Amino acid sequence: MAQSLGREPMKFEIYRYHPETDSKPRMQAYEVEVERGMMLRDALLAIQAEDETFAFRHSCGEGVCGSDGVNVNGVNCLACTTPVSELKPPVQVRPMPGRPVIRDLVVDMSQFYNQYQSVDPWLKRTEPNPEHEIRQSPAHRDQLDGLYECIMCGCCSTSCPSFWWNPDKFLGPQALLTAARFVLDSRDQATAQRLDALEGPYKLFRCHTIMSCVEVCPKGLNPTRAIGQLKAMMLKDAV
Amino acid sequence: MALARRRFDTLIIGAGGAGLNAALQLANSGLSVAVVSKVFPTRSHTVAAQGGVNAALANVLPDNWHWHMFDTVKGSDYLGDQDAIEFMCREAIPTVYELEHAGVPFSRLPDGRIYQRKFGGQSQNFGGEQAARTCAAADRTGHAILHALYQQNLRAKTHFFDEWFAINLLRDDEGVVLGALVIEIATGDPLIIEAKTTLLATGGCGQVFRTNSNAHINTGDGMAMALRVGVPLMDMEFFQFHPTGIVGKGMLISEGVRGEGGYLINKDGERFMERYAPHAKDLASRDVVSRSIMTEIKEGRGCGPRADHVLLKVDHLDESVIAKRLPGIRESSKIFAGVDPVYEPIPVFPTAHYSMGGIPTDRFGRVVVPERHGEEAVPGLYAAGECACASVHGANRLGGNSLLDILVFGRLAGKDIRDYVRENPYHRNLDEAVVEAAIAPLERWEQGGEGPGVAEMRGTLQRLMEDHAGVFRTEAVMQEGVDKLTDLRERLAGARLRDHSKAFNTARIQALELDNLFDVGMAIAVSALHRKESRGAHSRPDYPERDDMQWMKHSLYFKAGDVMDYKPVRTKPLTVETFPPKPRVY
Ligand SMILES: Cc1cc2nc3c(=O)[nH]c(=O)nc-3n(C[C@H](O)[C@H](O)[C@H](O)COP(=O)(O)OP(=O)(O)OC[C@H]3O[C@@H](n4cnc5c(N)ncnc54)[C@H](O)[C@@H]3O)c2cc1C
Ligand code: SF4
Ligand code: SF4
Ligand code: FES
Repeated sequence: MAQSLGREPMKFEIYRYHPETDSKPRMQAYEVEVERGMMLRDALLAIQAEDETFAFRHSCGEGVCGSDGVNVNGVNCLACTTPVSELKPPVQVRPMPGRPVIRDLVVDMSQFYNQYQSVDPWLKRTEPNPEHEIRQSPAHRDQLDGLYECIMCGCCSTSCPSFWWNPDKFLGPQALLTAARFVLDSRDQATAQRLDALEGPYKLFRCHTIMSCVEVCPKGLNPTRAIGQLKAMMLKDAV
Repeated sequence: MALARRRFDTLIIGAGGAGLNAALQLANSGLSVAVVSKVFPTRSHTVAAQGGVNAALANVLPDNWHWHMFDTVKGSDYLGDQDAIEFMCREAIPTVYELEHAGVPFSRLPDGRIYQRKFGGQSQNFGGEQAARTCAAADRTGHAILHALYQQNLRAKTHFFDEWFAINLLRDDEGVVLGALVIEIATGDPLIIEAKTTLLATGGCGQVFRTNSNAHINTGDGMAMALRVGVPLMDMEFFQFHPTGIVGKGMLISEGVRGEGGYLINKDGERFMERYAPHAKDLASRDVVSRSIMTEIKEGRGCGPRADHVLLKVDHLDESVIAKRLPGIRESSKIFAGVDPVYEPIPVFPTAHYSMGGIPTDRFGRVVVPERHGEEAVPGLYAAGECACASVHGANRLGGNSLLDILVFGRLAGKDIRDYVRENPYHRNLDEAVVEAAIAPLERWEQGGEGPGVAEMRGTLQRLMEDHAGVFRTEAVMQEGVDKLTDLRERLAGARLRDHSKAFNTARIQALELDNLFDVGMAIAVSALHRKESRGAHSRPDYPERDDMQWMKHSLYFKAGDVMDYKPVRTKPLTVETFPPKPRVY
């Protein structure tokens, strides 16, 4: 990886679309002075400082809030944790695919959130809670690692072909990962109900294990494995 | 202009830990609740909290709420209100259990109970051995809590306005707060939300400083909204600089790293905290550690080619401890500092982190203002979380006490709001004049023409604050800061937006945030200039001692005329004896 200490210009091409003035989207070229350690978000901010009409979402700047999922040279990532030194110029930055564009890099994520909500993403208990904590062994707690860290950035679901083709029926990797997070929580008491809700040809079984979701997850999570675990449990349940 | 209006029983501005816990309390009350957040709820900055939340569960070492209370009072450098602190430390225990029941995936001990780690400023037995009081979900505790609270609110069917920005409160002639003026970011359309109570839960304002650990959205909006309707801000001079931010960037490296056994070294490889805090060492209070780092650097013992930082050493810990307890820290260090802490120390420098001060409230989350005889609640207005000041942190906050504060007081505000709405069941009449005053900032930014841009003004303000209201503060430096800030504020009136379009106009939002940053920046600078002593995070080389005779009191800054007022510290706890001020050594 070429890396120099000084500042040097780098070419960017950014997807621009403004619903009030543009009839169709276009790519706009910018040049940014990049320096060592710079993240893509820093470059986008530098562009915005020059051209305030350019809109994108971002907040924490450290890969924890999940605001700034974007598509860069064809791959989804978080702008704030992607070093520009790893990108091939001209760097093409587009909104995450398959979602309606509100403006520039800002997409409408409602469907993604609805799918998340549809798996009842909260702990369900039938027994009354104890006075203290509900006990959970470290081994049971370990089951949640790789699941609870999801920041809902949408990088996975918006790069999943099954999600593009059946967005209204297939839940997509993020929602399925969330479903697994609750199915595998030893404290949750609605396992059977949760698995039943995933029955049918679409909600879960449209996943063809294409693995795009795993490749792009900025938190290193593995939705495909979670989906596999759900499938296995459903089979066991059915027997 | 006739604006669209909607009515709710109660309005909550902010969907971080404070706002969501309040909303959850109200969900089952039968009241209609609107939660407005400028970002999707799980993107609120509570998500970034790493280390954990304090509660004297005694799962790892002996503990009780009274020791927790002592540490908090001492940590506050005796500026915290002891009734509120007692209340918070007692409530901590049921609050953490409630969170666990809500689904928070806390790390666990072998017997299945919640894992607790050591954090700075914690002791057993009123200043004895180190305690382990911080309940953690690895080093992603804020994420775990925020997501669980959001999830529970989905279950409870809370009504969310996601990506709506609150501009101003609506406060009538009689001083009653009637809701807020908000805009939908996606469309740019304004809306009046009328509510019988309004809770400000807008979080911190770390963005007033250039190098900070805060999210881009932490611009002190709620604090500024309060100022603009005549409510003062309390103890704003007390701003916490966290000792371990990644040098040059400001991202936080949790105190949990030192709690798990990491320590700081200077260029000679010396563990210098042993000199400054022989007993607590690296786990002394944050103000103490930050000053020690600055002193090491000033005296030429900094590391790196520019001798501008110190090193946080972790590589002596077992890789498995790092993997299990500090996975997020390892990830951040690799990405932002380019070092893997398993093999190399992390370069760190103090970073602007947390506002101890804020909107003055009582123990029930009610916003209180001085009146002729003591103080009075502002009818219909509540505040909780980092934007509020209860005051439980006084002059210096202990790690792990902020998540606690936001959860305890968020929940309690929810309860009090329920009672208030029962007693005040009708919406009051909202006068057009009140709306006009509230919409002024929005209209002001519609002006065309040339002038300094928003990004440029924000940068200038941030550098000014860093230079003139940092870790060490002298009269001359601060006076110059206030003078420059006064000039800059005049220039702000000439600043202009280039983009006046409606759809998802982030420039407009940043302009409105800039107004807020100026209001809050001025509150910090003026409050700091007036306090002539060193206490907690407010450290003055020209007045190096704490002065309890003259200064054991809370400051109140008013926007009108930039004037100060003061009120006494509440030293009487609810049930136990007062902890009288003592020299603070660690
Ligand atoms: C990096 C980091 C690590 C930390 N680690 C710890 C820790 O380990 N333990 C601990 O106790 N504390 C920690 N803290 C402190 C603690 O996390 C925060 O003080 C706390 O989370 C603040 O919560 P809150 O609910 O008050 O505000 P936030 O979580 O910041 O939420 C503010 C909300 O208000 C909304 N909002 C703001 N302005 C507007 C507006 N104008 N219109 C509409 N909505 C608005 C936002 O959208 C957001 O929903 C840490 C802080 C940081 C920065
Ligand atoms: S593995 Fe399944 S969920 Fe993941 S991208 Fe492929 S089809 Fe989608
Ligand atoms: S699974 Fe990964 S990519 Fe998908 S939403 Fe969660 S964090 Fe983002
Ligand atoms: S800005 Fe928060 S994840 Fe990138």
